[in-house]
Amino acid sequence: MQMKEHKPLIVAFCCNWCSYAGADLAGNNRLNYPAEVKVIRVPCSCRVNPMFVLRAFQRGADGVIICGCHPGDCHYVSGNYYTRRRMAMLFSMLDYLGIEKERTRIEWVSAAEGAKFAATMNDFVETVAKLGENKRLEDLRCK
Amino acid sequence: MQRIGVFVCWCGSNIAGTVDVKAVAEALKNEPGVVFSTNYQYMCSQAGQDMIKAAIAGHKLGGIVVCSCSPRMHEATFRKTASQAGINPYMVEIANIREQCSWVHKDMATGTEKAIILGKAAVAKVNLNTPLTPGESPVTKRALVIGGGIAGIQTALDIADAGFPVDIVETKPTIGGKMAQLDKTFPTLDCAACILTPKMVEVAQHENIRIFSYSEVSEIKGFVGNFDVTIKRKARYVKEDICTGCGACVEKCPMKKIPNEFNLGMDNRSAVYIPFAQAVPKVATIDPNACNMLKNGRCGICAKVCTAGAIDYTQKDEYIEEKYGAIVAATGFNPISMDKFDEFAYSQSKDVITSLEFERLTNAAGPTAGKLLRPSDGKHPHTIVFVQCVGSRCSACTEKGKEYCSKICCMYTAKHAMLTRDKYPDTEVYVFYIDVRTPGKNFDEFYRRAVEEYGVNYIKGMVGKVTPEGSKLKVQASDLIANKQLHIDADLVVLAAAIEPDKSARPLATMLTASMDTNDFFTEAHPKLRPVESPTAGVFLSGTCQGPKDIPETVSQAGAAASKVIGLLAKDKLTGNPCIAKSDEWMCNGCSSCGKVCAYGAITYEEKEFRLPDRTTKIRRVASVNPAVCQGCGACTVTCPSGAMDLNGFTTTQIMAEVDAICK
Repeated sequence: MQMKEHKPLIVAFCCNWCSYAGADLAGNNRLNYPAEVKVIRVPCSCRVNPMFVLRAFQRGADGVIICGCHPGDCHYVSGNYYTRRRMAMLFSMLDYLGIEKERTRIEWVSAAEGAKFAATMNDFVETVAKLGENKRLEDLRCK
Repeated sequence: MQRIGVFVCWCGSNIAGTVDVKAVAEALKNEPGVVFSTNYQYMCSQAGQDMIKAAIAGHKLGGIVVCSCSPRMHEATFRKTASQAGINPYMVEIANIREQCSWVHKDMATGTEKAIILGKAAVAKVNLNTPLTPGESPVTKRALVIGGGIAGIQTALDIADAGFPVDIVETKPTIGGKMAQLDKTFPTLDCAACILTPKMVEVAQHENIRIFSYSEVSEIKGFVGNFDVTIKRKARYVKEDICTGCGACVEKCPMKKIPNEFNLGMDNRSAVYIPFAQAVPKVATIDPNACNMLKNGRCGICAKVCTAGAIDYTQKDEYIEEKYGAIVAATGFNPISMDKFDEFAYSQSKDVITSLEFERLTNAAGPTAGKLLRPSDGKHPHTIVFVQCVGSRCSACTEKGKEYCSKICCMYTAKHAMLTRDKYPDTEVYVFYIDVRTPGKNFDEFYRRAVEEYGVNYIKGMVGKVTPEGSKLKVQASDLIANKQLHIDADLVVLAAAIEPDKSARPLATMLTASMDTNDFFTEAHPKLRPVESPTAGVFLSGTCQGPKDIPETVSQAGAAASKVIGLLAKDKLTGNPCIAKSDEWMCNGCSSCGKVCAYGAITYEEKEFRLPDRTTKIRRVASVNPAVCQGCGACTVTCPSGAMDLNGFTTTQIMAEVDAICK
C-alpha cells in the first residue's frame, strides 16, 4: 500500500506590529514558503490564548507557531514576555500529552525580517511534515 | 448571523496571477451568512469602492469581507468605504490574499485553495463582528513638565509658545539643572550660562508658564487628557512672591559652613541661600537642617535684615492639586557615585575629582572663580590625568557601574583637555580611553583639534590604580597600543563618571505607570518611530531621563516632545481605538490578575452592586477597563482565569472561529 503524501496544516499566530508585518514583507519580497501556513492576525502575541492552540490541534492542525516582536521590542511593552512564559508552559504540557514539541514553536520576527519569516516557515513546515499527521488531540466529533 | 458581502480583488495581476479570483468569489458564496460575492480588478479604486457601497445598499449588507492586500495597507480605506455606505466601519474584515498568498505561492491551484481558506476565516470572523464605537474623552488643555533642566525648559517654552499653559515642577530651589553647572559646551565652546540663562529668564517671564520650584510631584491619578496631579511645595521659609533676591539675608546669615550643593561641596554656602547668581526664581531658601532658628529657635537674623519682610519661619509644606492633559518627564541624570571605585582613590584624595566637579573648578562662578587649582592645596596642577569610562561600558562589573555608554564623556573630556591646554599651556594633559566616540556634528573635528592643535596625550588603555603619595597622585596605567605599563605622577585626576537617571525617575514612573528599562531610563513607545512618547498615553519623554544625551540632542528631543504635547492639547476630544479590552462584570471575580499584567494601568477595580435573579443585591469587586488608557494588546484576556476579559475586534470567539475555519 502506498502512503499518500501528507501535507501538514500549520496555524501561525502573528502579532500585528512585528510578525504580521514581517510576513507581509516576505510577500513584498516574493519569498516563497509553503501554502500550508495560514496566518491569523492578533494585536499582540500575548493575545494568543493557550485555548486557541489547543483548539487548533483539536481541529486537526499539525503544527502551531506563534510569532511576536523580539524581546524588548514589544509594541505593548511586555506582551511578548507573557507569551514566552505562557507558551513555555503550554508547549511542555502538550509534549507530555503527546503533541511533540517540534509541532509547537515560538519565534520572534520583526517587521524588517521578511526573510526570517519565510525561512522560519519553510523550516517549520519541513519539521512538522516529517512528524506526519497529528491525531493526538483531534476531536473526532468535530469531523 | 450577518448578511455578508464578499469582494475579491484582482489587484491587477498581483493577485489574479496566482489566484483564481472568480473561483474564490464563487466558493465563498456558499459560506454561512454570505449573501453576495463578487470580484473586481481594483477594489481600492473609486470604482471598486463604489461597487462595495452599492452592494451594501442593494443587498442590505451588515458586514463585508474584502479579499485583497494586507489589512496594514487598505483596512482603513475599506472601513471608510463601509462607513460612507452607512455601516459600522468595524464590520469590515480583510483576507490577506496578496502579501500572504499570491505573492508567496507560485502555483495557481495552491494559491486559490489557500485564498479560499483565508476568505472563509474572514467570513467566519465577520459573522461575529459587532459594531464598535471609539470612546471620546475631553482634554484638559494644560501640560505638566517634571524637571526644570534644559530639557524641561525647552519643552515648556515650546508648549507655552504654542499657546498652552504649562507648569514646571522642579525639586531644587532653581530651574537650570545640570547645564547651569557647566562651564563651556562642546563642540562650539559656547559658555553654558550665556546660552542657558536667557532661556531661564524667558521661562520666568512667559505668561503661559508657572514655575513650581522646590516642589515635587506627590501623586498622579487619571489618564491621557485628564491627569489629576498633586504637587508638594516644600516649605522654603521665604515668601516667594515677596522676596526680591537682594541677598542681604545670605550675607548676614551666621551659619556659613554648609557644603554648597551647586558647587558639589567644593565650597560652602550659608543656611539661607540662593543657589547661584542667575537662579530662577531668584528667591532665597532656608535650609531647615542648617538653620539655627528653625532647629532651636535661636537667631532670626535673616528676618531682621530682610527689608521686604519675606522671611517666614512658620511656613509649612503646601499641597496643591492641578489638572493636566499631558505630562512630560524631564527628570534628567546624575553622575554615578564614585564610592565603589576605590582604585581611583576618589574617597582618599581631594585631588581626585569627577568631571562635573572639574566643570565647577573651571567655571568663573565656581569655587575658585575659574582658576584651575587643586582642591587640596590650592596650587596649580601641572600634570592632569583624565580617566574615561569610569563606570560606563562596565559589562563585566555591573554591580559597580553601568553596561551602557554614557555618550557625553568622550566629548566633555576632549573639551576639558582642550580648555586646560588653552588656559595653561604648561600643563601636561593625559586622557586614558577605551575608545573615543565622536558621532556628532563637528564632534570628531573637535576631538582631533584637542589631539593635533592642543597636544593632548590620548592613550588607549585603562588606568589600573591611583595612589596618593605626598602631594602627588601615582597613576598606574597601561598603554595598549605601545603594550607597556605607564607610571605618571599626576597633580589632579579627573574621572569621567558614568551618568545614571535621577533617583526621582523610578517613583515617578510608578506614579505614571510608565515603563522603564533595567537601567531606570524611561522606555519610549517605539525606539525608532515614537522616541519621545512613553507607551503610557499622555506621557512624554524629554532629555536624559530616556537615555544619555548631549545638549543639542536633549534640546531637539525636548522640542519633539513639546510638539507631541501640542498635538494632544490641540484636540478638544480624544478619540480612542475601539479595539480594547472589555470586562464582563457578571463573570469577573475581582481577582486582580488582569491589572497585574496591564502595562498601561488601564484596569481599575471598583465595588459594584449587582441585582441577582432572586431580587437580592450583592456588592462585588469587579475589574473595569478605562477605554482612554487601554491600548488593546489583550494580555489581560489570556490572564483572566474566569474568562471575563475579552478584546473588542479580536474576541475569543472570533479567533476561535478563524482557527476552526482554517482547520476545517
